[in-house]
Amino acid sequence: MHRLPTFRKGGIHPGDKKELSQSQPVERLPFPDELIVPLSQHLGAPANPLKEKGDAVGMGEMIGEASSFISANIHSPVNGTITEIRQITLMNSVSCKAFVIKVDTENPAVEFTAHPWKDKSGEQLLGKVKELGIVGTGGATFPTHVKLSVPKGKSVESLVINGVECEPYLTSDHRLMLEQTEQVLEGIMIAAHITEPKNIIVGVENNKKDAIERLRSVISEKKLPIEVVALQVKYPQGDEKQLLKATINREIPSGKLPLDVGAVVLNVGTAFAVYEAVVYNKPIIDRIVTVSGEAMKEKKNVRTPIGTKIADLIAFSGGLNDNVGKMVAGGPMMGFAFYDDQIPVIKGTSGILALERKKEKKVKISTPCISCGKCVAVCPMGLQPTRLFRLIENRQYEQAMKLNLMDCKECGCCAYSCPSELPLVHGMKLGKKMGRK
Amino acid sequence: MENRKLTVSSSPHIHTRMSTSSIMWSVTVALLPAALWGVYVFGLRALLVIAVSIVSSVAIEYGLLKISKDGSVLDGSAFLTGLLIGMNLPADVAIVVPILASAFAIFVVKWTFGGLGSNWMNPALAGRVFVFFSFTGLMNTYRMPRTLVSAGVDASSSATILTQIKMTVSEQTALLASSTGVLESSGYPYTGFAHNVSQFFSSMSLNVSEYTIDAFFGNIAGCIGEVSAFFLILGGIYLLYKKIITWHIPVSMIGSFALFAWVFGGLRNGLGLFQGDFVLQIFSGGFILASLFMATDMVTSPVTRKGMILYGILIGFFTFLLRYFGSLPESSSLAILLVNIFVPTIDRYIMPKRFGEVEKKSNKKEVKA
Repeated sequence: MHRLPTFRKGGIHPGDKKELSQSQPVERLPFPDELIVPLSQHLGAPANPLKEKGDAVGMGEMIGEASSFISANIHSPVNGTITEIRQITLMNSVSCKAFVIKVDTENPAVEFTAHPWKDKSGEQLLGKVKELGIVGTGGATFPTHVKLSVPKGKSVESLVINGVECEPYLTSDHRLMLEQTEQVLEGIMIAAHITEPKNIIVGVENNKKDAIERLRSVISEKKLPIEVVALQVKYPQGDEKQLLKATINREIPSGKLPLDVGAVVLNVGTAFAVYEAVVYNKPIIDRIVTVSGEAMKEKKNVRTPIGTKIADLIAFSGGLNDNVGKMVAGGPMMGFAFYDDQIPVIKGTSGILALERKKEKKVKISTPCISCGKCVAVCPMGLQPTRLFRLIENRQYEQAMKLNLMDCKECGCCAYSCPSELPLVHGMKLGKKMGRK
Repeated sequence: MENRKLTVSSSPHIHTRMSTSSIMWSVTVALLPAALWGVYVFGLRALLVIAVSIVSSVAIEYGLLKISKDGSVLDGSAFLTGLLIGMNLPADVAIVVPILASAFAIFVVKWTFGGLGSNWMNPALAGRVFVFFSFTGLMNTYRMPRTLVSAGVDASSSATILTQIKMTVSEQTALLASSTGVLESSGYPYTGFAHNVSQFFSSMSLNVSEYTIDAFFGNIAGCIGEVSAFFLILGGIYLLYKKIITWHIPVSMIGSFALFAWVFGGLRNGLGLFQGDFVLQIFSGGFILASLFMATDMVTSPVTRKGMILYGILIGFFTFLLRYFGSLPESSSLAILLVNIFVPTIDRYIMPKRFGEVEKKSNKKEVKA
């Protein structure tokens, strides 16, 4: 049998748990009474506020302005009034200012009208992407206009679209590819218009066969120059380094970017956001959030306004079971555990998971390292997590840096596989932070 | 979400089911068939030796953990060490021997170096070697297996295949016979079953000696748990299937031993190169037990795949050297302990290939061009 492509080094096969929510069509969350819209929803500097307490805002209106090149504009997700500007802490421990918006419940939304884009230049389209605050929706929320700006003298060989969604539980990209195939593909063509690649590839893991078929049928119907590659299921294939290895067989050297190997990588959700921005002048003011986990009463895929409090989203899914032991924003491998349900959904929130409580351990959380070498075998970057962890425990951060600690991207394969349950990722995060000093 | 007891911790939030104790108990399960075969062929005395080893290992571990207030006996590591010690002893050994071996393994080798995960040599092997050199007489007195006794062989103490070969080879200078030939000429016994199987193979024009077949199925004299290569391999396949061990160490160790034994093994018997009787050598003595269950001990083996292969090759080489040219008939345990010394060095210098490394080099080439 022909083996599907994948990346070669390391990787794990956690149970994908996607069956919980993958067959649930996307539902739209009714506008809650109040939204909390943070000014830092992206990688880079927070946006500068443009509004004050008491100001009326309209849906899609810019309320925060990008403060540097790597930053992004923020827009109001509804019609309403700003009642407060509050300091909040997001689930990823970023602390920033946020607008509290009282929703105009009588008339919360406006209609966006379609505009043709094909006669516009790549530069004009890029301007739209920047103006409308588009960021990567995969979780890292890197500003998309930075990714799509190809420096002079560099050319793009491949535009690789990330439909992998390798994190267990998450199904928001899957539903998007199934339900809004045409829009996603048009978004891809817009990105191609901006970056002018020689070829366009969509990588999708083979546990989403229906999405692969749907994409292929629309592509052949519309005669688009896009290739859909079915990939073996293996975590962390959704990381751009592993995805490029799997699709175009190039390895990004340590500390370099996809452009250094002639590639631009975009998430399918981002392609959809680009489509909405360019065609409808619509910023990212809502997104699909997978609400799942064994301790969530109903598993759903919900199109949620940005700024919706997680409590409202949980209530929409029927609430939590009593055996809930952990709440996670994002996927279970790289997402953040949180305890406060008053924090909002932001542009990068791909899922809200309620995980079951584990059996309490009597003795200790972790046992000594037995040098089994599993972490070394599964590390997709070819690092030695056990050795790095020991160095970091002994505060030998410089030694750890010499062993390429900075190549670690905290994918969690090592900690997932560790029979001693050592908090390896926690150690790597600490080591990187101390090593930078 | 008020009034909910929630855990907040670093990612990842899911974990594999495998734990240290599940590894230890799985290895124990994998060893059971070979241990039970040992009890069957050597009698209840063998069961007593194994039981004393396990009880003394666990008891000593428990006592030490009470002193240091750290860790848990329930992780199964002491039980496994005890089982391995028992399986590495002859059935007729004095009862004090397994107790001393366990004490040395758990107290000196494991605990003084910092407990589970910190010992640099395999505790069970160290325990075995300790009593082997302390009680040379007792440790070299083997009982014939039930299967040979029923074929009319004297049940009392007997030489193993390897001691028989070693004795014959060291007494006579030029033999001009393979290991099998040596055993045949000294009248070493074999079972009727092995004879039938050998006949069957020779009807297919394959030359497999009776001794190899007896050694493979466990109808030979030896330590309780080492005699049946068949049941040990069964256990090894289970561990491979459970992904507790990988193929790297056993394959490289058996492969390198087989290669050296095949090429140079014949020289010791007065034959030329490429005359070594390596199949019989692999299945006799403790080699299979060592390659599947001792060398693969996680704590004392390298962490990288490349390191594991080098480690296996080194053990295979030293086993060959000690078995053929050393004074002792059995040597795989000594070879492993010897190579254990190199493991920190192997781990230090043999590193996995980094992601992006190849690309870097090819980029440099592009720049030059």
